[in-house]
Amino acid sequence: MKDIKEILKERILILDGAMGTMLQRYKFTEEDFRGERFKDWEHPLQGNNDLLSLTQPEAIAEVHRKYFEAGADIVETNTFSGTTIAMADYYMEDLVYELNYESARIAKMVADEFTKKEPSKPRFVAGSIGPTNKTASMSPDVNDPGFRAISFDELRIAYKQQVEALLDGGSDILLVETIFDTLNAKAALFAIEEVKEERSIDVPIMVSGTITDASGRTLSGQTAEAFLISISHIPILSVGFNCALGADQLVPHLEVLSVKSEHAVSAHPNAGLPNAFGEYDETPAQMAEQIKEYAEKRLVNIVGGCCGTTPEHITAIAEVVENFAPRQF
Amino acid sequence: MNNRSEIPITNNRQPTTRYLRLSGLEPLIVTPETNFINVGERTNVAGSKKFLRLVKEEKFEEALAVAREQVENGAQVIDINMDDGLIDGKEAMVKFLNLVISEPDISRVPIMIDSSKWEIIEAGLQVVQGKCVVNSISLKEGEEQFLHHAKLIKRYGAAVIVMAFDEVGQADNYERRIEIAKRSYDVLVNKVNFAPEDIIFDLNIFPVATGMDEHKLNAIDFIEATRWVRKNLPHASVSGGVSNVSFSFRGNNPVREAMHSVFLYHAIKAGMNMGIVNPSMLEVYDDIPKDLLERVEDVILNRRDDATERLLDFADSVVGKTKESKIDLSWREEPLQDRITRALVKGIDQYILEDVEEARLASDKPIEVIEENLMTGMNVVGDLFGSGKMFLPQVVKSARVMKKAVAYLLPFIEEEKLLNPQDNDEKGVGKILMATVKGDVHDIGKNIVSVVLACNNYEIVDLGVMVAPEKIIASAIEHNVDIIGLSGLITPSLDEMVHLAKEMERKDFKIPLLIGGATTSKAHTAVKIDPQYKEAVVHVNDASRAVTVVGDLLQKETAVGYKKSIKDDYDVFRGKFLNRSSSKTYKSIAAARRNKFKIDWNASEIVKPNKLGVQVIEDLDLNLLIPYIDWTPFFRSWELHGKYPAILTDDVVGEQATDLFVDAQEMLNKIISEKKLKAKGIFGLFPANAVNDDDILVHTSLNLDENTGSLSGADAKKNYTFRTLRQQLERREGVADYALSDFIAPKESGKQDYIGCFCVSTGFGTAELAAKYEADLDDYNSIMVKALADRLAEAFAEYLHKEVRMKHWGYAANEDLSNEDLIKESYKGIRPAPGYPACPDHLEKLTIWEILKVKETIGVELTDSLAMWPAASVSGYYFGNPEARYFGLGKIKDDQVKDFADRKDISFELAEKWLAPNIVEAS
Repeated sequence: MKDIKEILKERILILDGAMGTMLQRYKFTEEDFRGERFKDWEHPLQGNNDLLSLTQPEAIAEVHRKYFEAGADIVETNTFSGTTIAMADYYMEDLVYELNYESARIAKMVADEFTKKEPSKPRFVAGSIGPTNKTASMSPDVNDPGFRAISFDELRIAYKQQVEALLDGGSDILLVETIFDTLNAKAALFAIEEVKEERSIDVPIMVSGTITDASGRTLSGQTAEAFLISISHIPILSVGFNCALGADQLVPHLEVLSVKSEHAVSAHPNAGLPNAFGEYDETPAQMAEQIKEYAEKRLVNIVGGCCGTTPEHITAIAEVVENFAPRQF
Repeated sequence: MNNRSEIPITNNRQPTTRYLRLSGLEPLIVTPETNFINVGERTNVAGSKKFLRLVKEEKFEEALAVAREQVENGAQVIDINMDDGLIDGKEAMVKFLNLVISEPDISRVPIMIDSSKWEIIEAGLQVVQGKCVVNSISLKEGEEQFLHHAKLIKRYGAAVIVMAFDEVGQADNYERRIEIAKRSYDVLVNKVNFAPEDIIFDLNIFPVATGMDEHKLNAIDFIEATRWVRKNLPHASVSGGVSNVSFSFRGNNPVREAMHSVFLYHAIKAGMNMGIVNPSMLEVYDDIPKDLLERVEDVILNRRDDATERLLDFADSVVGKTKESKIDLSWREEPLQDRITRALVKGIDQYILEDVEEARLASDKPIEVIEENLMTGMNVVGDLFGSGKMFLPQVVKSARVMKKAVAYLLPFIEEEKLLNPQDNDEKGVGKILMATVKGDVHDIGKNIVSVVLACNNYEIVDLGVMVAPEKIIASAIEHNVDIIGLSGLITPSLDEMVHLAKEMERKDFKIPLLIGGATTSKAHTAVKIDPQYKEAVVHVNDASRAVTVVGDLLQKETAVGYKKSIKDDYDVFRGKFLNRSSSKTYKSIAAARRNKFKIDWNASEIVKPNKLGVQVIEDLDLNLLIPYIDWTPFFRSWELHGKYPAILTDDVVGEQATDLFVDAQEMLNKIISEKKLKAKGIFGLFPANAVNDDDILVHTSLNLDENTGSLSGADAKKNYTFRTLRQQLERREGVADYALSDFIAPKESGKQDYIGCFCVSTGFGTAELAAKYEADLDDYNSIMVKALADRLAEAFAEYLHKEVRMKHWGYAANEDLSNEDLIKESYKGIRPAPGYPACPDHLEKLTIWEILKVKETIGVELTDSLAMWPAASVSGYYFGNPEARYFGLGKIKDDQVKDFADRKDISFELAEKWLAPNIVEAS
C-alpha cells in the first residue's frame, strides 16, 4: 500500500463528513442505543454515539461505507468521545478500550473492502481523538480563574488509553481534532509520543484545531499562528482546522497555516453556521463552491466535513477538488 | 515569506526557516530582524523582594498586577520563578501560572518557566498551552539527566535555556563557555533530536569591576563566546541576566544603567538576541554622558588596566541622581490646547479644571472655552470615534471630562450673559429631544446615544423613561427641538412609536424622527412608522451612526437631499419587504395543531418537584450571582462586539474591552460591598396539564395527594391557565409546529405534569445609584450601573433556574455545568420569558403576576406596556421536560389571533394589538 505521505504530494486527499449527522438519520431510541448488552445499564445512554460501535455496529459500518462511496480517502473512527473523561457522563469509563478498539476495527474492515476493490486508491482510517469535555487551561468557574477541572496528567493518561486501543484496532492515522484548548491537545500529543516510543512505531498524526468565532482565536484564546507554534514540536503529518465555522469563515485562518506551516494543511469545516434550530443548512453544492476557493488558492492538502456534512457534501467536495493540484509543502 | 524552495526538506518536523518560535496567545518569532527579545524579570521571587512578599502573603491579585505591568511596559516574554526556601515552589508556580493564563493581557506573551528544580519546571510545563521557554537545564548533574530532561521538554513542546555549566563547574572563561556550549548542543541535537532553534544558551554574565583581576575579562569573554556560539552552533540563541554585570555598583543606578546599556550594545552586536533586563534600569546608549561612557566601555571591554579604578573614582560624582517617577506626565508640559485635547481623548479628568481655568483667563468670553478649546478636543474625539479608532466606553469617558469642564464654566457664562445681555442669541448646532416611550423602562441605549450626541455639541433634552406621547409632543414644542429621538426595548413600544409618528403628523411637525432600541428594526421603521409621517423617519441603532445621521439631517447643505434619500430608501425597502413576506405561506391553526411536537408521554419521565408552591427570596447575596454573569451582552450594550472572554484580547476592541471590564469589576465590587442593589425573587412550582392543545392548566391550590402528586379534584378551587401560541409557518416535512404547551403532558395522557414560573429582580437601588452618578455629571458610571444591574438580573434568573433544576424541582439533581454551558443553554428544561421569541405575548406576564402575587410580594411592577419595573428584572416559565426546547414562534395568522382572543376572553382588537409584531401581514 502506498504511503500516505507520498499520496499527499500528488493530490488533495478527501476526509469523510460528519458521523453524528448521519447517525441522527437512524433516529435511534434509548433501546437502540442500549442494545441487548446494555439493556439494564443504570444510566440513560441515548446520545452516546460512540457506544453505537458496540450496539449498532452495522450502522457505523454503513456510514463509513457511504463516505468511502462518496469519495473519501480517509474515514474517522466513531470515537470522538472515546476517553474515560468524556465517557464518565455515561459511567462507561471501563469500556473505553473496547469502544475504541471496535470502532477502529469496523472502520478498518470497511476501508480494506474498498482498498481491495480499488487498489489504486488505498483507503485509510484515522483514529478520531476528540477534545474531551474538560479544559486544562481554562477554569469552568469564573469566580476562581486559577481553578482547573482537569490536569495534564489526567488527560495524558486518558488519551494514552484511547491511542493504544485505536492503534490496536487498526487505525492508520491518529487525528487529534476539534482542539479548543491547545493544552488538551498537547496532552494527547504527549501520550501519542509515549506510545510511539514504547512500541517503537511511527504513526502519522493529524492535528486539527477549532477557531470558535469571529475573533479568529481558539476558545483558549490563541491565534492560528500561536496554535500552530504550540503543536509543532513533534512530527506531524498535517495541521488544520475543523468545526465551529463554515468553509468560508475558515479561509483567513487556513491562509495563515498555509503560509506558516511546513506540514500538510487540512480543513474539515461545518456545513455553514447553524440556524436558529441548531441545524446546518449549507447544501453540498454551496459548500463545495466554498471549498473550491481552498483549492484554487492552494491552501489545503486534505479536506472533508464536520458538523452537518453528509456523503452528498463529500461527493460534491471530492468532485470539485479533483481538478486541482495540492498545496506544495 | 515563502522561501520554501531554498531549503531542502528531509522530514516535516524540520522547520523551513529555523527561527526560534514561541507562543502565548500570540506568536513570538525571533528572526534576525527582530530586535533583542526583552524578558521581564519582575515576577521572580529571587530577584524581586516585592514579588516574593506578595507570593508569600498569597496576594496573587497584586502579583498578577506585577506581571501585567511588565507586559504593558514591553516585556516580550515573562520569566516566572518561585524558588524560595519559604514557599512551596511547585504549588506557587502552578497557582500563579493558572492565574496568569486566565489574564489574556498577560498570557498573550510566552512564558519562561524558571526554576532550578525539575519538579517545578515540569509542573509549570503541564499548565501552559503555549510554547514556553524552560530556564534552565545544564550538564551539571551529568549527561544522562540532562538528556532525560531535554527529551521531556521537547515532548511538552518548549524551548530551553542551557546554562554553561557542566560536571566540573560553571564556565567562567571564554574556552570553558564554548566547550560546554558545543557539547550541550551536540548531544541535544544528535541524541534527542532537539530542534537547534529551540536551544538558547545562557553563557553566564558575571560582574566586572569588582577589584579582582580574574573578573576583568568577565564581560568581554561573554561577548566573545556569544559571537562564537552564534557563528558555530547554527540556529541557537544566546541569552543572559544582564544586571549581574554591574553587581559591584549596587546603589549607584546611573552607573549601573550605563553599564547595562554598554554591555548590551556590544553583546547584541556579537549576537546576543535575548535577555533578562529591567527596562527601568537601562540608559539609552546615545544619552550616556561621554566621560561616563568612555569609562564604562573601558571596564566592559577591558581596555585599560586601571579601568576599574577610573570608573570607581568617577562613580562617586554621579551618585544620587535618581530617575523621576514612572508615570509619564510629560504631556503636562505641552501647550494648553494639546493638554485639553489629550484630557478629552484619554478621558483624564484630573487636570481638566485647572486647564479650563487657564483657558478661561486667556479668553475674551468664557463661552469661547467651550466653543474653541473644548470643541477642538471633542472634534478629535469625534473623528477618532468616527474612524473606528476610539470605542464607545472611551467616548463616554471623554464626555465625563467634557461635562465637568462645562459645569465649571457655566457660572462664568451666566455672569457674562448678565453683563452683556445683547449677545445672548447663540444657538448650538442643534437640540434633540430623547425619550423612552410610554410603558417602557429601558434607557441604556438611549443614554449612550444622548451622551455621544452631547459630545458632538448637540443640546439634549432628555425626558427619561415611560414618557407619555402628549408629554413628548408638548416638550418638543416648548423646547423648539430640531429632532425627536425615541427609544424602546419591548415589543409594545413599537406601537407607541407608530402612535407618536401619527401624532407628529397630526400636529404638523416638520422635524425628523429618530427610532432606536433593541426591538426596533429598519423593517419595522420602514413598514410601520415611516408611512405615518411625511417628514424624515430614520432607524438608528448605534451611537456612532447617530452622530452622522443627525449631522446629515441638520446641516443645511445636506438636509434636504438626505431626507429625500432616506424617504426613498425606506420606500424601496418597504416594497421589497412586503413582497418578501408575502412569499411565505402559513398553515391554519388547526393544521398546525395536528402537526404539534409529540412527546411520548408513556416513556417520558416526569419528575415531581421536591417542593410545590410559591417560594420567595428576600435578599439574595449578590456574590452568588457573579459566576452566572454572561458578559458578552454587557460588552454589546457598550457597542463592543465579540464574545467574552475572547473580546478582551481582540485585536480591534480588546484594549477597550479590557479597560471597560476592569471598570465594571470595580463597580461590581462597590455595588456588592456597599449593598447598593438588592436582589429579590419569587417562584412557584405547580401541578399542570396541557388542555385543548395550546393551553396549560395550572393548579395553584396546594392540597395535593402526597403519594401521587396529583390533585384531589374537590380542592382544586383556584386554577389559572397559560395560553400559548403555536408556530404556523409552512416548513419542510417532518418538522413539528411548536407551542410551549407541547412540553407539558396533556390531560388525556393521564399523567400529572408540572410547570413553574418566576420573577427575579436586581433593579432595586439602580435608579437611585444611577441618579447619584448623573448628578455628579458621570454618565459613564450611570450607564455602567444600569448595564451591570441588567447582567445581574439575568445572572439571577440563571442562578435560580439552576437551583430549581437541582433542588426545588430537582429533576437534574446531579447536573454539573460550567457557566459557558449555561450561556449555551445546554441544561435540561427551559425558562422562556413572555415577550421573547417562544412566547411573544406580554399579556401572559399578568397571569404570572397574579399566580405569584409578584407585585405584592417583591414589588416588581408591570407598566402599561407590561414592561417590568425596576428594569433589571426577568420573569418567565419553567418547563422541566428534557425534550423542552427554545424556539421562535415566528409569524401567526389571523385565525390563531381570533382563537387566542376567544380562549383568553378578550376582544379580537385587543389580541391583535398585543400580538401585532407577530401577525402575518394581510397581502
